[in-house]
Amino acid sequence: MARVYSVLAASWMLGAVAIDAGAAALPRKLASSVERLKAVGPEGQGNAAAQAAWNEVAKAKASQIPELLVAMDGANDYALNWMRAAIETAVQRESAAGAKLSLKSLEVLLRDTQHHPRARRLAFELIQKLDASRAQALLPEFLQDPGSELRREAVAQLMTRAAGQTNAAKATAVTTYRQALGFSREADQIEDIAKRLLDLGDKVDLAKTFGWVSKWQLIGPFDNAGEVGFAKVYPPEERLDLTAELAGKSGSVKWFPYETRSEYGLVDFNQAISSLKGVAGYATAEFWSDSARSAQVRLACKNGWKIWVNGTLVFGRDEYHRSAEIDQYRMPVSLKAGKNILLVKCTQNEQTQDWTKEWEFQLRVTDEQGTPIVSRR
Amino acid sequence: MNFTTFVAAMLVAIAPLGAADWTQFRGPNGDGLSSETGVPVRMESSSLTWSIALPGRGLSSPLILGDKVFVTAGSGARQDRLHVLCYRVSDGALLWERQFWATGRTMTHEKIGAATPTPASDGKAIYAIFSSNDCVALDLDGRLLWFRGLGRDYPNASNSLGMSSSLVVVDGVVVAMVENDSESFTAGLDARTGVNRWKLDRPKKANWTSPVVFKSPGQPNRVLLQSALGVTAVDPTTGKIAWDITEGASTVPSLVVNQGKLVIPANGITVVEPVPGGSKPKSVWHSAQLRPGTASPVVVGGRLLTLNDGGILTCADAQDGKRLWQLRLKGSFSATPVVAGGHLYCVSEDGRVQVVDPSKAEGVVVSELALEQTVIGTPSIAAGSLFVRSDSRLVRLGGTALR
Repeated sequence: MARVYSVLAASWMLGAVAIDAGAAALPRKLASSVERLKAVGPEGQGNAAAQAAWNEVAKAKASQIPELLVAMDGANDYALNWMRAAIETAVQRESAAGAKLSLKSLEVLLRDTQHHPRARRLAFELIQKLDASRAQALLPEFLQDPGSELRREAVAQLMTRAAGQTNAAKATAVTTYRQALGFSREADQIEDIAKRLLDLGDKVDLAKTFGWVSKWQLIGPFDNAGEVGFAKVYPPEERLDLTAELAGKSGSVKWFPYETRSEYGLVDFNQAISSLKGVAGYATAEFWSDSARSAQVRLACKNGWKIWVNGTLVFGRDEYHRSAEIDQYRMPVSLKAGKNILLVKCTQNEQTQDWTKEWEFQLRVTDEQGTPIVSRR
Repeated sequence: MNFTTFVAAMLVAIAPLGAADWTQFRGPNGDGLSSETGVPVRMESSSLTWSIALPGRGLSSPLILGDKVFVTAGSGARQDRLHVLCYRVSDGALLWERQFWATGRTMTHEKIGAATPTPASDGKAIYAIFSSNDCVALDLDGRLLWFRGLGRDYPNASNSLGMSSSLVVVDGVVVAMVENDSESFTAGLDARTGVNRWKLDRPKKANWTSPVVFKSPGQPNRVLLQSALGVTAVDPTTGKIAWDITEGASTVPSLVVNQGKLVIPANGITVVEPVPGGSKPKSVWHSAQLRPGTASPVVVGGRLLTLNDGGILTCADAQDGKRLWQLRLKGSFSATPVVAGGHLYCVSEDGRVQVVDPSKAEGVVVSELALEQTVIGTPSIAAGSLFVRSDSRLVRLGGTALR
């Protein structure tokens, strides 16, 4: 028995060493194949070479799975999928042959937030297959995880616990839901928690929870008849002068202040200007950041829109009246320390159906996980 | 190897696609017709051979190749986990599963999801596309051949209501319609590597129709792309336009080819006939009375059938469009009817399988079976069975269960 224990301990230690060493611990041929998978890129770049490499990686032994998960670090989104499919194939084959994955090695990797969130998520799913109750027991560790999938599942577990407390101890349930709300970064989960709390008599300040940018300066309308205004460069795109009087669609227009009171942060041009069709409007806001940092601008809009941060066009889209949801578009941006300028162009087309009335958007600034970043002024 | 085994092996070797395999949306010819025999006409509870839970939602039709049934699914709160699954036809056992993370936008209308488009197969591989415009090729044993993130490559290629165009594969090219209001295109992807063989700009207009392969003896194959502007025929190997019709067409139900003629949902039904040599097709007839809903039209035994969303099945003479009869089916419909043995298999959104004999003076519902599951996707036919994919399960009706 002692010998068995020592062998297990040794294999666990070996596993740990291999994980720390990363892809370098893989045999040369396998490591080379991994590199070819990680070389895939846009438009099918590297696909032809990756095909043979995938077959090699998919032959990996159970003992090599943790190292392969580590090797997902630095992989792009295309390569992550190649890697995932190869690892799952190897696991299925090895499992069918009776080879066992090291649960402990997977847990080490899972807990190390330096590794790619998707590698860690895959490790978690492998643990779930090996020992579902162990996976459930691990979940509370991920309530603040940088990986959205792990964090979401941990919050969901907390919500389930809260639901179980609802009948017996309402105050406890409220406390647990409030904890879940604090950890959640997913809009649908936040709304679900808020609804359950409201049922328990506790109203959530959704506007504060989501952290919308609420104070804006607006100007419009400009012409968007025939949807030409989406591409047309109006003066706010060239020079932002809040004192300027500009030629609008039907006369001169000026900037005016606008603060949304909507709990969903809607910047509503119909309400602020007028219910119009074939028009474009602009909204600008100062956003003060404590430091120079990376962030995400998260926008929802069912009109045409473009967004600039500090004068640089980030993205634009000319789809009209299909649908909108919170955090519909997530765009990575760099914020400067101090004042940053957000500029949003929002174009309304000329459709006449009832469901084409909205001329509005909703915007917040967050970190990569969805934690709101609020302007310091 | 005994003689029987040898003969069986040879048959497999010379026939990469089984005669009754179901290889794409609306079957091997994209017309909803199967040559399969023995599919139950009298659907009843004993018709259920097996029913298995799927790991995610979906509307895509199952593909059936030999003893394997392939199906896609989408899971996760944002439908951002993409699944390709392979089950054994005989007993529904899971043979393999591959999962992928969506790289494109996954937002859809609540009625649909990531796994809305139906995959296609050339008998060597399964080519699957999802609403996120992620496209994957796997061999029949689940080995990954290639992955493309078309929504990542072309970041405005998406539809906030979701994408639904199924794939076709022809002449070594996988044709993916990624047509939407913004970055709208159709691409021909090399079936071996997934790289673009061609990419054709398309009308900036949301489009949920699926491409159709048009084959004509002695003529090069064409892929027909239906959009709000009309129908465009392209060379699948180059993407070059051979001809187009610009009188407009529906953006939901897809055209069907019947005896060399195109039956196009276009403000009713428009029938045209392509002319050998590639010039613009000639008009045959138009009827504003025949109005398909979400389901695409189907032609069987010289009869054209359209089904609207409210369950009105309309039968017309395929020669001239003259209306013959109407029949109200139970329920609401999104799934396109499929045909075997001259019978129409219609599945309502609440999972009611209704078998219709369309050959008589009036349409007759021969039998019905309530699956009591949400079914939006079109069923498939193979192995003497109807395969129905509900929002949560894959169901085989008919055929022989493994004992």
